[in-house]
Amino acid sequence: MNYLVGAFKPPCNIFISFTDGRSRKQVPLKKENGKTVMVALFQSQENIVGEVVIEPIHGKKVEHNGVKIELLGQIELYFDRGNFYDFTSLVRELDVPGELYERKTYPFEFSTVEMPYESYNGVNVRLRYILKVTISRNYVSNIVEYQDFVVRNYTPPPSINNSIKMEVGIEDCLHIEFEYSKSKYHLKDVVIGKIYFLLVRIKLKNMELEIRRQESTGSGPNTYVETETLAKFELMDGAPVRGESIPIRLFLSPYELTPTYRNINNKFSVKYYLNLVLVDEEDRRYFKQQEITMYRNLEAS
Amino acid sequence: MIADGVEDEEKWLAAGIAGLQQNAFYMHRALDSNNLRDALKYSAQMLSELRTSRLSPHKYYELYMRAFDELRKLEMFFKEETRRGCSIVDLYELVQHAGNILPRLYLLCTVGSVYIKSKEAPAKDVLKDLVEMCRGIQHPVRGLFLRSYLAQVSRDKLPDIGSEYEGDADTVVDAVEFVLQNFTEMNKLWVRMQHQGPAREKEKREKERSELRDLVGKNLHVLSQIEGIDLDMYKETVLPRVLEQVVNCKDEIAQYYLMDCIIQVFPDEYHLQTLDVLLGAFPQLQPTVDIKTVLSRLMERLSNYAASSADVLPEFLQVEAFSKLKNAIGKVIEAQPDMPILGVITLYSSLLTFTLHVHPDRLDYADQVLGACVKKLSGKEKLEDKKATKQIVALLSAPLDKYNDIVTALKLSNYPRVMEYLDSETNKVMATVIIQSIMKNKTRISTADRVEALFELIKGLIKDLDDAFHDEVDEDDFKEEQNSVARLIQLLHSDDPEEMFKIICTVRKHILGGGPKRLPFTVPPLVFSSLKLVRQLQGQEENPFGEEESTTPKKIFQVLNQTVETLSNIPAPELALQLFLQCAEAANDCDLEPVAYEFFTQAYILYEEEISDSRAQVTAIHLIIGTLQRMHVFGVENRDTLTHKATGYSAKLLKKPDQCRAVYACSHLFWVDDQDNVKDGERVLLCLKRALRIANAAQQMSNAARGSAGSVTLFVEILNKYLYFFEKGNPQITVAAIQSLIELITTEMHSDSSTLDPAADAFFASTLRYMEFQKQKGGAIGEKYEPIKV
Repeated sequence: MNYLVGAFKPPCNIFISFTDGRSRKQVPLKKENGKTVMVALFQSQENIVGEVVIEPIHGKKVEHNGVKIELLGQIELYFDRGNFYDFTSLVRELDVPGELYERKTYPFEFSTVEMPYESYNGVNVRLRYILKVTISRNYVSNIVEYQDFVVRNYTPPPSINNSIKMEVGIEDCLHIEFEYSKSKYHLKDVVIGKIYFLLVRIKLKNMELEIRRQESTGSGPNTYVETETLAKFELMDGAPVRGESIPIRLFLSPYELTPTYRNINNKFSVKYYLNLVLVDEEDRRYFKQQEITMYRNLEAS
Repeated sequence: MIADGVEDEEKWLAAGIAGLQQNAFYMHRALDSNNLRDALKYSAQMLSELRTSRLSPHKYYELYMRAFDELRKLEMFFKEETRRGCSIVDLYELVQHAGNILPRLYLLCTVGSVYIKSKEAPAKDVLKDLVEMCRGIQHPVRGLFLRSYLAQVSRDKLPDIGSEYEGDADTVVDAVEFVLQNFTEMNKLWVRMQHQGPAREKEKREKERSELRDLVGKNLHVLSQIEGIDLDMYKETVLPRVLEQVVNCKDEIAQYYLMDCIIQVFPDEYHLQTLDVLLGAFPQLQPTVDIKTVLSRLMERLSNYAASSADVLPEFLQVEAFSKLKNAIGKVIEAQPDMPILGVITLYSSLLTFTLHVHPDRLDYADQVLGACVKKLSGKEKLEDKKATKQIVALLSAPLDKYNDIVTALKLSNYPRVMEYLDSETNKVMATVIIQSIMKNKTRISTADRVEALFELIKGLIKDLDDAFHDEVDEDDFKEEQNSVARLIQLLHSDDPEEMFKIICTVRKHILGGGPKRLPFTVPPLVFSSLKLVRQLQGQEENPFGEEESTTPKKIFQVLNQTVETLSNIPAPELALQLFLQCAEAANDCDLEPVAYEFFTQAYILYEEEISDSRAQVTAIHLIIGTLQRMHVFGVENRDTLTHKATGYSAKLLKKPDQCRAVYACSHLFWVDDQDNVKDGERVLLCLKRALRIANAAQQMSNAARGSAGSVTLFVEILNKYLYFFEKGNPQITVAAIQSLIELITTEMHSDSSTLDPAADAFFASTLRYMEFQKQKGGAIGEKYEPIKV
């Protein structure tokens, strides 16, 4: 039995580490198995420097056709499982073909790596960055080890940031005017605003503000659109009368938001909406959805 | 159905409390282990119980109070948390992550309270933020309680003058602004309750609203306790803003309650200085608001304020409080054409009380009020509304109570005009009140003009006001009333005879119309009052200058004659007879023989023509005899005529004993001690003998009719008369006559047929004892008695 176990076990352990791993910021990342692990955080144009340690299991020798490390940026569409689109792929050869008898350390460096897209974990799509170490072998399968890392890119505050102001209504029934102070928010921002009731002829029960995320994947006839409600925030309790104005103050920090992604490698996009919902006593819902742009702000994160 | 509703409510409340307690338990655990995240989570869940719509305000309050207690603990925790280094700003943000608005806002207020205390931000900013954010609760009950919570936790943290939260940026203006805003929002919510829900539950809703009113009023109370609000700020900001809200909310319940609240919580001197503004709001209120009560309370407060210290009175004058109030009332009445007359009168009544307290010297003010009242009443029928008439009585009684002097009230020209609007019943009540006031204060009314005015006021008692319809008047009540009028007549007095005579004439004019039921009560006091005047005049010297004096006894007697005559017509002959005799006696004292004779003649005519009842005749004849005996003014001829008549009447009485007694009484007519010309011993004896004969006849009649002789009382009485004249020295009364009379009595007493009469025996025995006593006394009388053997 021991023999058998030994036969399927990889003959060596591979460790991938970053040079600045101790000082670098770690962020949580949800894995496929549902576990959350802490991984290093990078942004585009950074040098990714580290080392790979290969440690053969005691008394074994590893024959190989070469050792390489790849930096991959992948988009994985769930409905198209198994297919990864690598939008970034960099390779460094670590070793020429030969045999490994003992622990060996290979330093590696990817300089000023272009990583235009952020790591993303959505409903139908995942964008991830990995370091992949491959020990190529003849006749037997290659030995592979992955190390995930997360990329986040920061954008400066937008120079133009208009408020969203709108009057909506149902004729002779309900007229409201609402205003959100901005159209672009950073991830820890606060939505400030006001709802002004111009006409109320229906018996309202409450009003809430929802944050919705729309993720669309694929293109053409194969477009999948998935909308999630990330937050339901009650703004008002009870029935207002004409002339009332209700304040809005919604802190975004408690919610797991990402920046808005307009078009990621023609594969997917992620958009955010504020959805104002008024509910009447018969639980009918009247709503108005407005897109907002999310961005990642360096100072706030 | 309703019982079910109540039961259900109990159930819901119990469920709410259970949920609240459970979450509070977890919250406590989190607090104990300093777990902020859990503390927030469970406190929010706990507060979610307050989101219920199923409870009435009353029950909701119970739930709220429990949550309130728990929030105090949470507040302590927040405070410790900041001491442990947690930033209060972060906390302030953190609680706002809660998804449900109601728990979120309760938590925000709680942290906000700690925030202000930390002084990391200006109090005004935090307060402003809190009061703004609370707008999210538009449900009336929940909103009211939330804002009430806000008011509660913030009230000791307002940047008031002298408060630790006052600073460069935080001034009392901000404190006021905050409270005013919270007040305004609360009132809006409160008013809105009225318009939500089905119309059939209106009553229930109004009840619920009144349960909640103190939550709204509390803001005004907080305002009143802000030290920094001086008169200027009150005038410029606080009052106008509050009134604006009150007027604009157009809600009956709110307007009534809040106006009253304003009046009660703010100081009187502020009210006085802002009367214009305050009063200006009243006509703008809804027509259904019970303004009269509120205004009355305002005036009451101001009255008390005026009474509190004399120093404040100039303020009242300075701001012309009276005219402002009067104008305001006028405007309110104009603005509320549907106001019942009761309301109008109540308002004027309060105003009158006010002016009486504040300006007791300004009688013209009081008269103005009454005048305005009359104006309002005019064009209306007599009042049917019981309450309204009651209020008028109160209105009219006020000046009496205040001045304790009807004379002052009589100066109010509009006073009687107001009284005209009372129904006759109430008019009487009012008249009684007036009379009682006079009695109580022993007011002297000493001019004819005032008497005229007074009688104008009390005419409800003096005559039947509306002859169309008569209730069954209670006999006792009527007597009571008329007795009080009689007492009043006695009280009218002037030292000046001329004036007094005028008063008498005035009174006479009024009472003569009183009808047959009243005259017997009112004429006698008038007669006596006149006679008093006669005696007063009689004591004075005759007019030394021979001037044409208008008031002479003669003149008075003329009036009296006519007055008493009215009594004989109604008919009350006995009373008239008595009064004639009184007059005759007075005329006697004035030496007016013809007048006295005339009175006697009148009395005799009455006796002959009107008095037919035998008992009345007996009384009358004795009165006549008694009076006549005292007359000294008559000449022989007149006297003879009168005595002859009197004796004649005596002998014609129906019953023998009565005859007997009247006849022996007549004996006195011929023997007057202090009149030497009236000492006719012979006729005295004649009378006595005649009396004896009648007594005998009575005795025999009794024997014949009943088989037993009557009592000897009559004989003993005659014996006493004998003794009287004997002592007085009537020569016709001899020892022998007395002796034989005694024997006669003794025989009668011992005869078989005599009936046993212990009283008569005792009477006789004591008469004998008297004679014995006189004998022993000796002297002239003793000698006289000596020969009589007993």
